[in-house]
Amino acid sequence: MLMEVNDLHVSYGAIRALTGISCTLDKGEIVALIGANGAGKTTTLRTISGLIKPAKGSITFKNMDLTKMPPHKIVAAGISQVPEGRRVFPDMSVMENLEMGAYTRKDKGEIKESLNNVFKRFPRLEERKHQLAGTLSGGEQQMLAMGRALMSKPEVMLLDEPSMGLAPMLVKEIFEIIRDINKTGTTIMLVEQNAHMALSIADRAYVLETGEVVLSGQAKELANNEQVRKAYLGED
Amino acid sequence: MFEQQIINGLTLGSVYALIALGYTMVYGIIQLINFAHGEIYMIGAFAGVTMVTMLGQGFFVSITVAMLVCMVLGVVLERVAYRPLRKSTRLAALISAIGASIFLQNAMMLWKGPQPVGFPQVINDAIYHIGPIEVSKVQLIILATSAILMAVLNYIIKYVKIGKAMRAASQDYDTASLMGININRVISFTFAIGSALAAAAGVLVGMYFNSVAPLMGVMAGLKAFCAAVLGGIGSIPGAMLGGIFLGVAETMGIAAGFSTYKDAIAFTLLIIVLLFKPTGLLGKPIQRKV
Ligand SMILES: Nc1ncnc2c1ncn2[C@@H]1O[C@H](COP(=O)(O)OP(=O)(O)OP(=O)(O)O)[C@@H](O)[C@H]1O
Ligand SMILES: [Mg+2]
Repeated sequence: MLMEVNDLHVSYGAIRALTGISCTLDKGEIVALIGANGAGKTTTLRTISGLIKPAKGSITFKNMDLTKMPPHKIVAAGISQVPEGRRVFPDMSVMENLEMGAYTRKDKGEIKESLNNVFKRFPRLEERKHQLAGTLSGGEQQMLAMGRALMSKPEVMLLDEPSMGLAPMLVKEIFEIIRDINKTGTTIMLVEQNAHMALSIADRAYVLETGEVVLSGQAKELANNEQVRKAYLGED
Repeated sequence: MFEQQIINGLTLGSVYALIALGYTMVYGIIQLINFAHGEIYMIGAFAGVTMVTMLGQGFFVSITVAMLVCMVLGVVLERVAYRPLRKSTRLAALISAIGASIFLQNAMMLWKGPQPVGFPQVINDAIYHIGPIEVSKVQLIILATSAILMAVLNYIIKYVKIGKAMRAASQDYDTASLMGININRVISFTFAIGSALAAAAGVLVGMYFNSVAPLMGVMAGLKAFCAAVLGGIGSIPGAMLGGIFLGVAETMGIAAGFSTYKDAIAFTLLIIVLLFKPTGLLGKPIQRKV
């Protein structure tokens, strides 16, 4: 097991956002977290990345307790995140955004290699490398956010709603890229409201409801589960 | 006569700009108005005087040491007075800043007494004539030093890794830490740089007016803060522009006969500019972060 989240409790002041989330991530997997608005998906990812400290519970990654580490050390340990809403640095160029992604790395040659890989994966970013990130289209910003997260050469990549606000064609493309990133050796935890797409590429999935895991299992099984089909796949 | 006032205004303005940069950089990252920044400037001036009078050093060594002293002081100030309150309300941090400011003023008065202290002449009083304009050597040194420091700052912000991290953190604090940027280190660095610039300003002003005083940071700090807001708080070019603008306006105002109201010029100007451009000359329209 690469990462284990155990009984995570998180509150924002009086609001209890997570009330005991547990999940695991094995090396090489794609694991999806699905659930309605406000279920606690983003909160889970932000807690894994160290931006929020839990009231209770642990997150173990290769024998390290992430809940005791600051966000920058968690990145250095091998976990990067593509945050909800992309969050590119709007007043920095595409190139500078990518450089920030490699902030924890020292070796110039290896960074250059990662940059070439990112440009190979997202040729549009190379064409626009001098453009300010804030002027990119939504789809291009999503590519930049993903490219930026790849620049740290992560072992685990956390993706928070990569399909949000994108045209269906582009959603398909993004999901194909996610699958490809996974094939080249990056373990992925994917948060999605687009449950259909998420379950189609994931190995396993967890269904979150008001801060708890209510269902979990193989993605294929969940896609056929009555309850899931009704609540999240829009079928009746 | 007009050209002469421009030169005098630029001299004063470049000093305001150096101080304003510290306000704006700190605000850009942690949204705090560092009310003790004027005191850093004052302590920089005293460090300069001490180097000259007690250790017999010249301009270059004195200003360098003053900058180093204030770098350390700025970093310590942030550690002691602001970092513990990072997660509290903004008001708490603001009150702490005012407290730090009063503390530093009084600490200096305890050490040196409340009276102004003379700044011995370290630069000869040569005057150069360029057409109808008179420029003293001190003025030239102030202009050149400010220009060099601002160019160095610009280079750091644009091209050096930690400078880029500063920009990232000021655009999106959380996402910057998701990049692996150690935000605490960036904040310390910001305080160090801002304080060094303020210290340089302190030494330059001490040289220009031949005197320093424990309360010199109050009015200078307030005006530089005006300059930062005028230029658009959080914007580095804005602080430079705001400082220069303010210095020139103040000098012009004095030349036009308003010397009694010289300190009011900055505030009047601030109100007028903000009426027309609420986010300052180079400030961005306010965006709510989600
Ligand atoms: N900064 C915050 N302050 C207060 N409450 C918050 C904050 N962030 C999230 N919450 C609350 O925590 C709960 C979980 O939010 P979270 O953002 O994790 O949900 P989500 O599953 O990502 O939803 P969505 O699909 O809409 O992105 C919600 O009830 C939300 O209102
Ligand atoms: Mg969310």
